[in-house]
Amino acid sequence: MQELGKAEHTSIRVTPQGENRVIVEKDLSSEEMILNMGPQHPSTHGVLRLECKTDGEVVIEAEPYLGYLHRCFEKHAEMVDYPGIVPFVDRMDYLASMNNDFAYCIAVEKLLDIEIPRRVEFMRVIVSEINRIASHLVAIGTYAIDLGAFTPFLFCFRDREHMLNLLEWTSGARMLYNYILIGGVAYDFPKDFARRTLEFVKYFRPKALELQKLLTENEIFVKRTKGVGMMPADVAINYGWSGPMLRGSGVEWDLRRVDGYSVYPELDFKVCVPDGKFSDIGDSLSRHVVRALEIEESLNIIEQCLDKMPEEEGFDPRSAIPKRIRPKAGEVYGRAENPRGELGFYIISDGKSTKPLRCKARSSCFVNLSAMKELSLGQLIPDLVAIIGSIDIVLGEVDR
Amino acid sequence: MGESQESVSRSQEVEAALALWEIVHAAFPDAVSALDENPFMPFFEVQQTERWREIALFLRDDPKLRCNYMACLSGVDYPEEGKLGIVCNLESVGVHAHKIAVKVYCDREDGVIPSVARVWKTADWHEREAFDMYGMTFSGHPDLRRILCPEDWTGYPLRKDYVVQESYHGIKVPN
Repeated sequence: MQELGKAEHTSIRVTPQGENRVIVEKDLSSEEMILNMGPQHPSTHGVLRLECKTDGEVVIEAEPYLGYLHRCFEKHAEMVDYPGIVPFVDRMDYLASMNNDFAYCIAVEKLLDIEIPRRVEFMRVIVSEINRIASHLVAIGTYAIDLGAFTPFLFCFRDREHMLNLLEWTSGARMLYNYILIGGVAYDFPKDFARRTLEFVKYFRPKALELQKLLTENEIFVKRTKGVGMMPADVAINYGWSGPMLRGSGVEWDLRRVDGYSVYPELDFKVCVPDGKFSDIGDSLSRHVVRALEIEESLNIIEQCLDKMPEEEGFDPRSAIPKRIRPKAGEVYGRAENPRGELGFYIISDGKSTKPLRCKARSSCFVNLSAMKELSLGQLIPDLVAIIGSIDIVLGEVDR
Repeated sequence: MGESQESVSRSQEVEAALALWEIVHAAFPDAVSALDENPFMPFFEVQQTERWREIALFLRDDPKLRCNYMACLSGVDYPEEGKLGIVCNLESVGVHAHKIAVKVYCDREDGVIPSVARVWKTADWHEREAFDMYGMTFSGHPDLRRILCPEDWTGYPLRKDYVVQESYHGIKVPN
């Protein structure tokens, strides 16, 4: 039997990937420790608690605990009528409210089987793509902060402000827009919106490149993220990943292309996947790169939409909104590509009531986060922060 | 985009689902109901709940089906029939271009549905959520706990007959 405090213990642990990632610990007594990360931890992006079972610096298992921000969205949705749900939907993923509204309206409109004016479709795509860029900028900025780079965060938030101004000008609100309504949008674009938006696109292109140089080509950043949190494509699909997370694993899957909803089939854009030259396919860096590339694509989409959008004098964007929204009995699963992945709504209507019988939100972050336990196996605690950041969770959507 | 184009793609969706359903029905003639040709979400029902995991594995692994992606799993309450159920939206990512929804039912009191958390890992949290909100048990689930509500919450909030508890740890629950 060994004497206390004189444990002779040598352990060599090799974390799954990478040449530089061999950890040697000598003469350390090894026992498991439970370390709670969160719910009030800056790098958990909200109120997420991770219960980490650690052995020294190595995480054996990290179990996420959710529900701190649970606001009973699905219960509320059964109590208010269809248009009344839109503001609730806004507050789910509060960084991409436009995209949330879009997904919800797509689901209800399928159930109602109504036709949307063409101009409205373009308006919806433009605002949700602006919102997608804004959301990706928050994702990139906060990810940089997690890894110790402060400046990119300031750059991201400076440019995001321009987008929020544009959206505020259109909808009247800065973050929670309630702009896309069932059958239409709340207001027509203000005069000169197209010009100002094009000015912004012109201003932002070099800034996006600058951000790329500052962060994606930063050696420290690359060292911290390359090869960390690897997720092979088949496992990612099995985990139900979607959006930039799935594309980061090299799967060309984008609902804008696959489902081709709204006017996306008419637009020319690329589904961004990492090419494997710069990052290892499926690591945290790939997911970051996909987001950075998607910003470019969104800018392209906005330009094309402004070009193709039909101009109508005295256009009433609320013309197609039904007076009374009471869908036929039936059920539908409608979904759209959010900045964080597939946001789906499963809605059952009984045909008699103006309230849904069931409204389930398939939240992209919730599903993406469910792989956390597997991603954290055998990682270092600092790498755990890099992994959570790369998942880009918004707890408002995880907990709903 | 013309409305006609959209309706064509819809019927394509139903046709693909029909072809998919025929394969499943041939393999499990007694356990699978007829296809409901809902234009937005074609689905079939599993009539023998205890065979759900078997069917799920078949759906995932059969080379002609390869429904490798579970988009969503939602719990549903059917108070009139005295049943609870789950609705699974399945899809084939990167192999085929088809999707289908599957419904599985269980009794309202002490209902049990076989867990598919080991077939699609994403089902793990979805099933925990369904359990949390509706209270059906998923047999064979690796870690069936509440996920969104606190561990010591009483009742299943999304059941239609749910009554909110009056206080929780001495805090009044607002209505």
